[in-house]
Formats: sequence, structure tokens, C-alpha cells
Amino acid sequence: MSDKVEDIELRLLLQAIFERYHYDFRGYSMASIKRRLSQAKSRFQCDTFSQLQGRVLHEADVLASLLSYLTVQVSELFRDPHYFRVLREEVFPHLRTYPSLKIWVAGCGDGEEVYSLSIMLREEGLDDRTMIYGTDVNPQALRKAEAGVYDLDRLPLFTKNHQLAGGKGSLSDYYTAAYGAAVFDKSLRKNVVFSDHSLVSDAVFAEVHLVSCRNVLIYFDRELQNRAIGVMLDSLIRRGFLGLGSKETLRFTQHVAAFDEFSREARVYQKRSDP
Amino acid sequence: MTITPREAIAIGASSGAVEAVSAILTRLPEDYPLPIFVVVHVPPDRPSALVDVFQAKSPLNIREAEDKEPIEPSCVYLAPPDYHLMIETEKLISLSSEEPVHYSRPAIDVLFETAADAYGAGLIGIVLTGSNDDGSAGLRCISQLGGATIVQCPNEAASPFMPNSAKAACPEARTMNLEEIAEYLLNQGRTYD
Repeated sequence: MSDKVEDIELRLLLQAIFERYHYDFRGYSMASIKRRLSQAKSRFQCDTFSQLQGRVLHEADVLASLLSYLTVQVSELFRDPHYFRVLREEVFPHLRTYPSLKIWVAGCGDGEEVYSLSIMLREEGLDDRTMIYGTDVNPQALRKAEAGVYDLDRLPLFTKNHQLAGGKGSLSDYYTAAYGAAVFDKSLRKNVVFSDHSLVSDAVFAEVHLVSCRNVLIYFDRELQNRAIGVMLDSLIRRGFLGLGSKETLRFTQHVAAFDEFSREARVYQKRSDP
Repeated sequence: MTITPREAIAIGASSGAVEAVSAILTRLPEDYPLPIFVVVHVPPDRPSALVDVFQAKSPLNIREAEDKEPIEPSCVYLAPPDYHLMIETEKLISLSSEEPVHYSRPAIDVLFETAADAYGAGLIGIVLTGSNDDGSAGLRCISQLGGATIVQCPNEAASPFMPNSAKAACPEARTMNLEEIAEYLLNQGRTYD
């Protein structure tokens, strides 16, 4: 552990946030957290993390802004189209054999991936039998996800991704454009539950067939990665699927032997029968 | 005089990067002791061919960095497209998809700032050819934390903007051509024996 004063202050700040508000960022990757909290430090015109700690402890509304620095909400509809193509063409044929399905999007941020899956399930005729759970620790992100409203200038990228992901029909069938925003059809949320859940501190809440957890684990240190993957592993049915981000791997975690590599390049894993 | 043992090298390059980075890597031997981190601005939406391109010219172990990978000597870690490459103080790699910096992900500044934090005076930072100012703030940060700083000679660079900008932000950086940079790195590697 680094003994630089700044790093001691950073650990104390995270400890303060945990004790006061029960948000636990202590097991996050420090390089990224430090960079983002340094930006927050400038934004709040604090010279040190200790000063920022004073403000977050004494001013309740500072926490809400800090959360947007502490959690990264950058995604797209059908981000990494190849991943969604593999789900559609190789994973869905397995899922189709079940009479009812549950999918968990862990760390759903502003909901882009939930809407992507919901659209794809509709296109594949699986939407009526599928329940999607979208979970995140950031309440502001969950509200945005619930609203399903995205800036219209992001839609050309979303549309291109949808096509590359093997989309049937036009993405515009699923949203209405108004006042510079695209409002996604509320029928896409019919079988969706957005809810607060922390991979750091919460436990299994459902038995699911597919967990999609992309670009979330990269913000965790190894110990926390092990915990989070353990929760996902316990949530999955036998031979259930786990999808990770395009540069994430189970290789450096303790759970590597519990999964088979289903699609190496799409980073889709399948839980072994005898984990 | 105290000699700081160098522990790692961080290189940033943009337009003209392939030739410039190759020219350095090709001059380093298989058993070169220091790990090398490289950020090249690459488009976000397709796989990068840089691993193969560099591997064809270098005996070092060239790979695209993976999240939480332990850092090993004689390895060259390239930032993957659409991710920032960061170094943890425990000498592990982290990837991040937080916002682009200077319109770029990966960004050189992100590597330089986190590597400077992890290695302090043990780091050598190098800004090569490129046509924006990514890397300038990061190079200054490396210098402030005691690391060695180098910019490619702008006259030699395919695109002089980035080394010029880095030199302006970090005037104490040494200016060298690619051959001199490789020679310098070889010497720094030797003090480690």
C-alpha cells in the first residue's frame, strides 16, 4: 500500500464515504478512482482529498455529484456489436430451450445495454418469456435508465451498432425523436426491473440464465473482482452464460476454473456443470 | 551523484507512430529488462493490427494489455482500442473506459499520469511523433515526480506537433532522435543488471 500522503488521504476519503453513506469504493482500482477524484477535487475547488472529505461528510448534496465521478457511465446501445451478434446467434439458441428466462445486466449504468438486449429479445421473439434485471449502485443512473431517453446525436452510432449486431428492421421502430432526444418505447421496459444492487456488498437476488457485466470489473481490484464474479457465478443456473467486456478476462481471477470459454473473442463464458 | 534505477518505460505516439515505435523496439534485445507501455492513438471501432506489426520487428514479447495483468520484464504492453491503459501502484495493469481525453481513448496523458504515480523516478516517459497535444500534461507530470523525460526531435518526427507541444509543457525533457532514444534506453536497461 502506498504511503504517499495523497494516497493516505484518498483511502481516508473512501473510508469516510463508506462509513457515512455506505457506498463502498475501497476495493476499486485506485489508478482510475484517483484520477477521477482528482477531477472532482478541482471541480469542488479543494486543494487536497482531505478537504474534499470534509465537504462530503458535512454537505449531503456533495455525495450525489461525487458519485458521478466515482462511477463511470459511458456506454452505447449495442456497444461492441460483435458481442451482441454472438449473443443473438450462439447464446440465444441455448436460451430458447428454456420456457422462461432471466437476464441480469450487472452495472447497467444509464441502461443502454438493457435496451439493447430488450430490442434483440423482441427481434428474436423471446421478449414475452424473458425478465431483465438492470442493477447499478448509482441512483441517478438508474433514474436515467428507467427514463430510456438518450441524446439524439448519439443515435447514428447506436443505429450503426444495431445493424452490425445483426439487427432486424430499423432501430427507429423503437424510439420517438423529440426535442433533441430519443425516447425509447416503454414497451421495451415491460419485463425490465431496474434496481439498486452493489456487487461489492450485496448478495445473490435471483437465479438467472445470462449475466451481462461489461466494463464493470475493470474498475475493481482483484479481490473485489473475485467477490463480484462469485456473486454472478452463484446467480447463474448450471450451464448459464456470463458476458464480459471486450478486454475483460477471468484469467486473473480465482473463478477461472468454474467456467468454460464459450466465445473467446466475444468474452462469453459458460458456467461448468461441476464448478 | 545518485543513479536512479529505472523500472519502466512509457511511450506515446500518434500519427507516424508505427515507424517511430518500430524503430525503437527493433533496437532492443530479447532480454531487455524493463517493461514498456505504449499508447498509440488507434481507431476505437476495430481490432488493432499493431501487435503483429511490432512483433514482426522486435524480439520482445509484444501484447495487447489485459485488465489486472501483472507487469513483467521484457514485455511491451499496448493499449487496446477504445480503452485507457493505466498502471496501478501494485504494478498491475488496469484498463478503463472512462471518457476520452483529447478526443482519444486510449490517451497518452492517462498512461503517463498513472505510470508516474506508480513508478515515480523509476519511469522514463517518451513523446514521439503526433499531431495533437496528448502526452504534454502527462510528460510534465512524469518530470515533476522525478522521472526521465524525452521528446522525439521534431525535425525527425513525421508530425512534429506532439513533440513540440510536449517540449513546451516540459522544457526539461531531452530532445533525441529515434536512434539516440534506443541507445539511451539500452544504457538505462544496463544500469539495472
